[in-house]
Amino acid sequence: MDLRYSAADERFRAELRAWLADEVPKHGPPPPAHDWPARVAYDTGWQRKLFDAGYAGINWPKAYGGRELSATEQLVYYEETARAAAPYVGVNFVGLLHGGPTIVAEGSDEQKAKHLPRILRGEEVWCQGFSEPGAGSDLASLKTRAVRVGDEYVVTGHKIWCSFAHVGEFCELLVRTDPDAPKHRGISWLICPMHLPGIEIRPLPTLAGEGEFSEVFFNDVRVPVSARVGAENDGWRITNVTLRFERGTAFASEMINLQRVLGEIAALAKRVTRHDATAWDDAGLRRECGHLLAELDALWAMVKRSVSEAAQSGMPGLEGSAIKLYYTELFQRVSELGVRVLGRAGLARDDVAGLPSRQLIHRHLNSLSLTIAAGSSQIQRNIVGERILGLPKDR
Amino acid sequence: MDFRLTEDQSALQSGIRAWCDGQLPHERLAELAKGDPFDAKLWSGLAEMGVFGLRAPESEGGVGLGLADAALVFAELGRRLVPGPVAWTHLAAGLVPGAASGETVVGGLDLAGALGEPHLVEHFGALDVLLVLRADSVERVDAKALAAEPVATPLDPLTPVAHVRSLPSGERVGGADLAARLRLEGAALVAALSLGIAEMAQELATAYAKEREQFGRAIGGFQSIKHMLADMFVRQEMARAAVWAAGATYDQDGVGDRARAIASARVVAGDAAMKNARACIQIYGGMGYTWEMPPHYYLKRAWVLSTCFGTSEEHEARLAEMLGA
Ligand SMILES: Cc1cc2nc3c(=O)[nH]c(=O)nc-3n(C[C@H](O)[C@H](O)[C@H](O)COP(=O)(O)OP(=O)(O)OC[C@H]3O[C@@H](n4cnc5c(N)ncnc54)[C@H](O)[C@@H]3O)c2cc1C
Repeated sequence: MDLRYSAADERFRAELRAWLADEVPKHGPPPPAHDWPARVAYDTGWQRKLFDAGYAGINWPKAYGGRELSATEQLVYYEETARAAAPYVGVNFVGLLHGGPTIVAEGSDEQKAKHLPRILRGEEVWCQGFSEPGAGSDLASLKTRAVRVGDEYVVTGHKIWCSFAHVGEFCELLVRTDPDAPKHRGISWLICPMHLPGIEIRPLPTLAGEGEFSEVFFNDVRVPVSARVGAENDGWRITNVTLRFERGTAFASEMINLQRVLGEIAALAKRVTRHDATAWDDAGLRRECGHLLAELDALWAMVKRSVSEAAQSGMPGLEGSAIKLYYTELFQRVSELGVRVLGRAGLARDDVAGLPSRQLIHRHLNSLSLTIAAGSSQIQRNIVGERILGLPKDR
Repeated sequence: MDFRLTEDQSALQSGIRAWCDGQLPHERLAELAKGDPFDAKLWSGLAEMGVFGLRAPESEGGVGLGLADAALVFAELGRRLVPGPVAWTHLAAGLVPGAASGETVVGGLDLAGALGEPHLVEHFGALDVLLVLRADSVERVDAKALAAEPVATPLDPLTPVAHVRSLPSGERVGGADLAARLRLEGAALVAALSLGIAEMAQELATAYAKEREQFGRAIGGFQSIKHMLADMFVRQEMARAAVWAAGATYDQDGVGDRARAIASARVVAGDAAMKNARACIQIYGGMGYTWEMPPHYYLKRAWVLSTCFGTSEEHEARLAEMLGA
């Protein structure tokens, strides 16, 4: 149990901190949520800067443009980017945090060479085409069909809630390649270019009023067989690799970031007046903040534990489900506290009276998706109960 | 940085676990609960296992380990609800002669926090020395010379308490710094004991849910039960992370704010112990409400611990100050 960072880690931290101190202010504030061209430019532009400075793909192989540094340097990276309030991965989420890692783990050499360096340079935006109208939590029942014709798959089907589909160049696409096999055994995992003929994207506004995700229709879309990751019909196993990354490490930077967010809420509470006192004068609110800080500390300690374990296996473990459960519900409580501190200023989604309504309301509305996306909290509880505790399966 | 246990730490943990499992199966706890739960033989066994001298320097007959190691050991004591003033005697090692070897049984009263009065001393009958923590001093009082009324029915059948009506001033053994250090270390030990409670409550409930059948199936197959158990597991693992981190942060320079890490661990682990023990009773159903089954012992001990070395509310307020600073 050694929580000390090594001298090399600390050197890495010092360099990164200095770099961030220069570059974060230069990159400016994020563009408005509805301005997608600007958002893509902002997010990918930041990724490019990270790449050029040697801070992209901290734990990715050197051969594909990564740094191949240790898991602890990855942690240092999260801590420092959160501390500096650096831009969020944004549209690079899928490529950097689960699509890319899946290819590192399971892709062919050709796929690695083709995609990994471009993802790291911010040149390739990815989206995820897993869910379908009839296959959400029960993902393995997906129906999008891929029929093999020569060296192509002809894909027909309907995906939904595809984040970043309208700006994505490639899609992690799950298709059914064997309709006769049991549901988990007939799935394949494809890298589908999003510009192919026969793909139709229909935006699906979120409750936050934003165009983050879309429905995607596939009509006889021809995807090369060489774009398949792993063997035909072995896609469910690959999917679980993707989901381990998505649930295990993808949110790590957000987790440490929440500590800063809570600090900002405390600072806001000192500014917000309630008659002749401030919101911070309420001992109940202060205790609530203290409790949340304790939970955030526990969460970050848990991430460190998980990273130490994964440093051995190269993959986040099943405890990722426990972390996701805890983190998502904690995030919602922190963001809801922010809204409560705003009081009636929270009725406005634009800043009023000098209070940061725009950001706080945006955060809270967005947080409502966390316990649904990437496997709902109920599904995570099933996973913890059945796969970790060994309780009988639901059915 | 490597947050995994070292080989030595794993060995320490499994050694103390095996010993506690052997000494204190639930039937033995139930027996102890019938009389005075302080068991001199068990106590000297704990001393031999190094529980009290764990952090005392080797030159003074101790084991020379750190708070992270102590946290591992105390989590095991919590799992088996080991009776006796283990935290106080451990804290007294190096301050009170004979504490490190367990020959002097040391209890205490923490008067620096919110819960000073009434002065209820745990395991009073077994004590040789009573340590009294005040905001600006630590005093030792000869427990054998002190008048106290044993409470006929303590909340926790394994934690007898006695009411000390008038507390004489004792011999001063340290000032504000020592008092603060003992309170901090005490909070870390309480967090570790709480972790053990959270963990065992989960394990008991999971085992019961796999065995108990209703409607023709194990109750653990019902989602409402399964999801409660999943939440218990999550709370336990977060508590473990926080408690281990608190120990390591305390022992190692430059890792973080020691007081913050311990306050966080105390809040999260205290919560986990209380909630898991309650859930355990619920999952046992009517059996959980009986004296004969183990779950209530866990809840009651969690309750006792929630009053020791600062309440959750005090630690939360402290954390809020750090956040606001
Ligand atoms: C913001 C956001 C972004 C997303 N991005 C993507 C993306 O990029 N790509 C993609 O493929 N998908 C994406 N999704 C989809 C997401 O993965 C699904 O919404 C999720 O898996 C739940 O499926 P569902 O919506 O069909 O809900 P359902 O499965 O219909 O579930 C409805 C409710 O029933 C509960 N439930 C379902 N099954 C069980 C069970 N066995 N036991 C107990 N309760 C159960 C659920 O917990 C939920 O509360 C996104 C979703 C959101 C909200």
